[in-house]
Amino acid sequence: MTQENTQRLGIVISGSSSKGVEVKLDSSASVEDMVVGRYVTIEGQKRRFFGMITDVSLGVTDQKLTLAPPDVSDPFMAEVLAGTATYGTLHVSPYLTIGGDVASLLQGPQPVKTVPAHFSTVNLASDQDIESVFGNENKERFWIGNPLDMETKLCLDAEKLVERSSGVFGKSGTGKTFFTRQLLIGTLQKGKAVNLIFDMQSEYGWEGSSEQGLKVKALKQLFPDRVAVFTLDEESSRRRRVSTDFVVRIGYDEIEPEDMALLRQTLNLTEPAVEAVYQMRRRFGRNWLPATLALKDSDETKELLNRLNIHESTFQNLQRGLATIGRLPFIEPHVSADAVGHILDHLDRGVNVVLEFGRYKDFTAYILVANLLTRRIYAQYRERMETAMGEDAARPIPLVITIEEAHRFLNPGVASQTIFGTIAREMRKYNVTLMVIDQRPSGIDEEVMSQIGTKITFLLDNERDIDSVLAGVSGKSELKSVLAKLASKQQALIFGHAVPMPVVFQPREYGSAQSYKDFIPDEHIEKDIEELWG
Amino acid sequence: MQRVGEVIEASTTDFVAQCYELYQSPPLGSLVKTRDLPLELYAIVYNATTTSLEPGRRPIARGKDEAGEEEIYRSSPQLLKLLKSEFNALVVGHRQNEKLYHYLPPNPARIHSFVYLCSPDEVKEFSQSFDFLNILINTNLPVSAEELISACLRQMSQVYEDRHAFLVAAGKELAILLSGQFNQLKAILGRIRE
Repeated sequence: MTQENTQRLGIVISGSSSKGVEVKLDSSASVEDMVVGRYVTIEGQKRRFFGMITDVSLGVTDQKLTLAPPDVSDPFMAEVLAGTATYGTLHVSPYLTIGGDVASLLQGPQPVKTVPAHFSTVNLASDQDIESVFGNENKERFWIGNPLDMETKLCLDAEKLVERSSGVFGKSGTGKTFFTRQLLIGTLQKGKAVNLIFDMQSEYGWEGSSEQGLKVKALKQLFPDRVAVFTLDEESSRRRRVSTDFVVRIGYDEIEPEDMALLRQTLNLTEPAVEAVYQMRRRFGRNWLPATLALKDSDETKELLNRLNIHESTFQNLQRGLATIGRLPFIEPHVSADAVGHILDHLDRGVNVVLEFGRYKDFTAYILVANLLTRRIYAQYRERMETAMGEDAARPIPLVITIEEAHRFLNPGVASQTIFGTIAREMRKYNVTLMVIDQRPSGIDEEVMSQIGTKITFLLDNERDIDSVLAGVSGKSELKSVLAKLASKQQALIFGHAVPMPVVFQPREYGSAQSYKDFIPDEHIEKDIEELWG
Repeated sequence: MQRVGEVIEASTTDFVAQCYELYQSPPLGSLVKTRDLPLELYAIVYNATTTSLEPGRRPIARGKDEAGEEEIYRSSPQLLKLLKSEFNALVVGHRQNEKLYHYLPPNPARIHSFVYLCSPDEVKEFSQSFDFLNILINTNLPVSAEELISACLRQMSQVYEDRHAFLVAAGKELAILLSGQFNQLKAILGRIRE
C-alpha cells in the first residue's frame, strides 16, 4: 500500500463496528479544515478501510482548561496547546475495506464488518483511493461530479443505476433538475437504457433555465439523434421554438377507472365517486367517460343511478371531476394517432422520449397522462419480457421512466393502485425502473421508498423528509448529520445500489459552453479515425 | 570542549562538581557531560552554590571601608582561595558505544572525572529526543521542576536557528506529559515563550 500524496490526519483511538470510529487529530491537522462528508482512508494492520467523516468535535486533556482557558492571544501558547492539551476528534464511519493480500486486492472493496486496530493511521483519501472505490470514467461509468473538496471525478455505473429505481430528492432550488439532466445524459450516453421523461416544467427536452434566468441546453439540443420531444401542447412548443417530434393526444376511451382513482385527491373526488366510476365503466364500456358526462339531469338518469346504487351527490361530484378532465384540450373524443405506439417505437430504436406538458402544468393533466401512458407502456414491456423469457429471445432495452413530483403518484394512499407503485415494487423484473424526482420524500409510500435502489439527495431540512430518505440505511444517524450539513446548492449525498458507499459530492458543472463540450465527446473525430484506420 | 569542573560527589541520579575558578559554574539548565570512556554521562545543571572552603568557617562582611564590591576581592586576594563554587547536575542520559540513550547510565560518574560543557552540536544531538523531560518532571529537586525545565529549554533553544520551532515542539511534548496538570504546564510555557 503506497503512502504517496496522502495527508495524514490522525490516529484511531476508539470505535465500534456499529457506531464507527473516533479519530484523534494530529496537531498538524487543523480541526477547521475537517468537514463532514469528506473521505478518509484508515490503514489498519491487515486491511485498509474507507470511511467518511460524519462528525467533528473538540476535546481537552484536562478539564481545568475549560474552566480557566489559557491566553490564546499568545500565539506560542496557542500553537503548543493545539493538538496536545486541546485537540480535535473526528467521527468516521467506515464503509468499505480492502484486504492487503493479492486475493482480496483482486476482489476489490468489500463491506466493512470490523473496525481498524487501535492507533491505525487515518489519511485523507487520495484521488487514487476514490478511483479504486468508484472506478474511473469508462464505457460503463459516467462522471457525475467531484467528491467534496476533491478534484477526482466521481463516476457512476450506468448499468447499476438503471438496474433498480432511483430517486433524486431535495428542496426546491437545490439543483435537482440540473443534476437529473446529467443523470439522463449519463444513461443516454452509455446506452444502457432508454429514458421516458414526463417533463412537467418543460425543462428536459429542448432547453431549461437556471435560477439566474439563463437558458441552458437540454437533451434534444445536445443529442438531436437520440432524443425525441413529444408534446401535449403544440402551441407552447411552437412559441418556444422547440422542434417536436409528435403531438400527443389522448382519447376519451383511453381513460380507465384506475386513472380516476389516482386523481381522487387532485379532482377532489369522494371515495364513493371513485367507486361509481367502476360501475359506469361496467355499464357503458370503453366510452364510459363521454357517456357519463352526457347524462343529463333527467328521470332516466335518476333511474339509472338508482339501479347502480349511486347517490345523487356522489354522481354530481363525479361529473364535476370528469368535466375537469373533459376540459383538458389534449383530450379528444377520438384519437387516430396512437401515442403509446409512437413512444414505444422511439424507445425501441434507442431514442429517448421527453414528453413536454407545455402550459398544462396542473397536476390533473400530469398525473392523468403519466399514469395512462406508463400503464400501457409497462404492459407492453411486460408482454415482451415474458415472451423474451419464454422464447429465449432478446430482452427489450431497459426503460427508465422519470417522473417529477413523485409523491403525487406514490403517496401511501395511491401507491398500491398506480402503475408507478407497481413498477417501484416489482422493480427490474420487466426491465422498467423509475427515476423519481421529489422535494417531499416523506410523502412517498414507505414501501416504495424502500425499493428505490439509488438515492441522491440534495439539502433537505424537514426532519420527516430526511428520515424517509434515510429509512433503512445503515449508519442512519451519521448520514443524517451529513445530510443536514449539505450546502443549500450544488451539493448532494448519493448512496444505495449504484455506489459502493455513500458519498457527498458536488455535481459537475452544467450550463456553460465548456460543460456541453465535455458532455459531447468528439464522437465524429473518433469515428473518422476508426474509418481511416479500418 | 570547555572544561568547567571536576566531580567531587556522585550518585546514580546526580553528581556535584567543583569549578576550577570561583563563580565559573555553568548556567542553570545547561547540558554538561563527564567522560569516563567508554561511558559518557550527560547531565543538566540544576543548582549552583558558592560556600566557604571549610564548612565551619563562614565568610564575614568586609566591604565597610571599600568603595566598590570588586575592591573587597582586590584588597583580600586570599578570598578567592578560601571560597569554592560547586554545581549540581542531574544525570539525564549517557552515551555508550557511540549510541545516545536518554535514560540513566548503569554506573554513576567517577570522582575527579572532568566535567565539560556540551558543544552546540552535542546539545542539538541530545535534544533530538525530549525523553529527558520526563526525568526532569519526575525528580524531586531543591529547584522547582518548572524553573529547571524552562531554564533547560531556554538554554537548549539557543543552539537552534529556529528557536521558536524547537520551543513549540518541546512545549507540545510537555503538554502531553503534563496532560493532567495544566497549571504546571502553563507555568513552564510562560517561562519559555519569547
